[in-house]
Amino acid sequence: MPELMQFLLSGATVGAVYALVALGFTIVYNASNVVNFAQGEFVMLGGMITVFAFQAGLPLPLAVLIAILAAAVIGVGFNKLTIEVARGAPVVSLIIITVGASIFIQGVAQVVFDKQLHRFPSFSGDDPIRILGATILPQSLWVIVGAIVVFIGLWAFFTRTLVGRAVLATSNNRIAAQLVGINTTFIMAFSFGLSAAIGALAGVLITPITLTSYQVGISLALKGFAAAMLGGMGNPMGALVGGILLGLLESLTAGYISSQYKDAVAFIVILTVLFAFPQGLFGRSSMERV
Amino acid sequence: MSLLAVEGLGISFGELHAVRNVGFSMKPGEIVSVIGPNGAGKTTLFNMISGIYLPKSGTVHLGGEDVTGMSPHLLARRGLSRTFQNLQIFQAMTVLENVMVGYHLHERGPVIADLLGLSSSRRRSHEAEEKARMLLERVGLVRAAEKEAGSLSYGALKRLEIARALALKPKVLLLDEPAAGCNAVETEEIDHLIAELAADGIAILLVEHDMKMVMRISNHIVVLDFGEKIAEGDPATVSRNPRVIQAYLGTQAAEVTYAVG
Repeated sequence: MPELMQFLLSGATVGAVYALVALGFTIVYNASNVVNFAQGEFVMLGGMITVFAFQAGLPLPLAVLIAILAAAVIGVGFNKLTIEVARGAPVVSLIIITVGASIFIQGVAQVVFDKQLHRFPSFSGDDPIRILGATILPQSLWVIVGAIVVFIGLWAFFTRTLVGRAVLATSNNRIAAQLVGINTTFIMAFSFGLSAAIGALAGVLITPITLTSYQVGISLALKGFAAAMLGGMGNPMGALVGGILLGLLESLTAGYISSQYKDAVAFIVILTVLFAFPQGLFGRSSMERV
Repeated sequence: MSLLAVEGLGISFGELHAVRNVGFSMKPGEIVSVIGPNGAGKTTLFNMISGIYLPKSGTVHLGGEDVTGMSPHLLARRGLSRTFQNLQIFQAMTVLENVMVGYHLHERGPVIADLLGLSSSRRRSHEAEEKARMLLERVGLVRAAEKEAGSLSYGALKRLEIARALALKPKVLLLDEPAAGCNAVETEEIDHLIAELAADGIAILLVEHDMKMVMRISNHIVVLDFGEKIAEGDPATVSRNPRVIQAYLGTQAAEVTYAVG
């Protein structure tokens, strides 16, 4: 039993990070129908900028704040320089542009920062907490609580605020959204900024546990994508549940089968979802008028 | 003073002058129709006035303000609203939600109140719903309010688009073929609706192929052919104009004479 509990706790921690990445996917997808594969790079930037700001002597909370704001600004610039320029291109082209941009960001990070692994101290120390014979790091609780808070915030944002509804309207029909007075250019910039900030927050929360380097983004983007697909692209609830499920699956696979197969789980999930239920657990099946 | 004033408007796509030097003006409550054979540049003209295309030359003034090439969302806030020939509907929303979205400009409140679901926010949203239902009643869609918009017929979607445009409380309404795809009864309903809206003081700019309807309800008609204005005036004058009859010859000449006769 303690063994299973341990796997569940570590699975939930990793899963919460995937959920945060998936929530980032959700926002951009909701605004533009684009799957932003550069989402993982914002996670990397969150961790790396915090590391270097902290090493430069800033207090940790300030370093974190700077990292999240910087990532949001980079997210807005990313939209301005890539997606907005190619507006009108098919969604598939836009997705490929995000892949290219992700490689570019990674390259720049390698030059601006370095190629080493980094970490900064945990927020509330490193003394493990015992739960039912298993242990969990205080930082893991930060990650899990962070994911839940972001989820609740986004859910309220999309269902209750006018800006949130405007994001959904923009994704549903951009021209119609403009006709009713929605500034779709602003909505796009806002969405990219917000999703980058959430990605950066994920990077900040996880770095004390898993360390960070310039190349952590790609694998996180893939896992986050798998989580979003599993839950149903575009649905915040789906992103949360999909992320946590994927984390648990990975952790149980690593524990009971072999840690070698851990990373394969995400890909098996993507394939299964695409074959069996492409709309995901919480997604709405799409209908096209002809 | 005119509410909408279009002067010397023109645009070309490559070598093709889609619209050249077109001008007219509208007063509140006036119904102006733009007619012309297929490909005459009617929809292109609409697209320039409503900010979808950036004109190469000319100006558009709305209530005295130069709004040439202004983006659609800013025009919407200034009281210019439109519908599309090929429909721009939020397919994934319900009929009611489609109209409620149109009210969002008039329903702004503190974000915090929205997030927390305070009563002020609920009341605003409730008011928007009430008004949206009234508009649906007006276009005859109130029974379909809870249906997903994507499931409606073409004619119903046309009316839904008008209802959404009305939710913005426009001063000028551009209707691109509102009666296309509608049966005789629906056409007559739209006909009445347009007359009512004009009576309320909304200036209506209309593109329509149904000549009977155009001749019946327009105060003023602008005739385009190959992107240029070849005639304008009241229905009787326009339909007797030799250039107009020539432009329509072989296709709709009979219809024009019939409508007048």
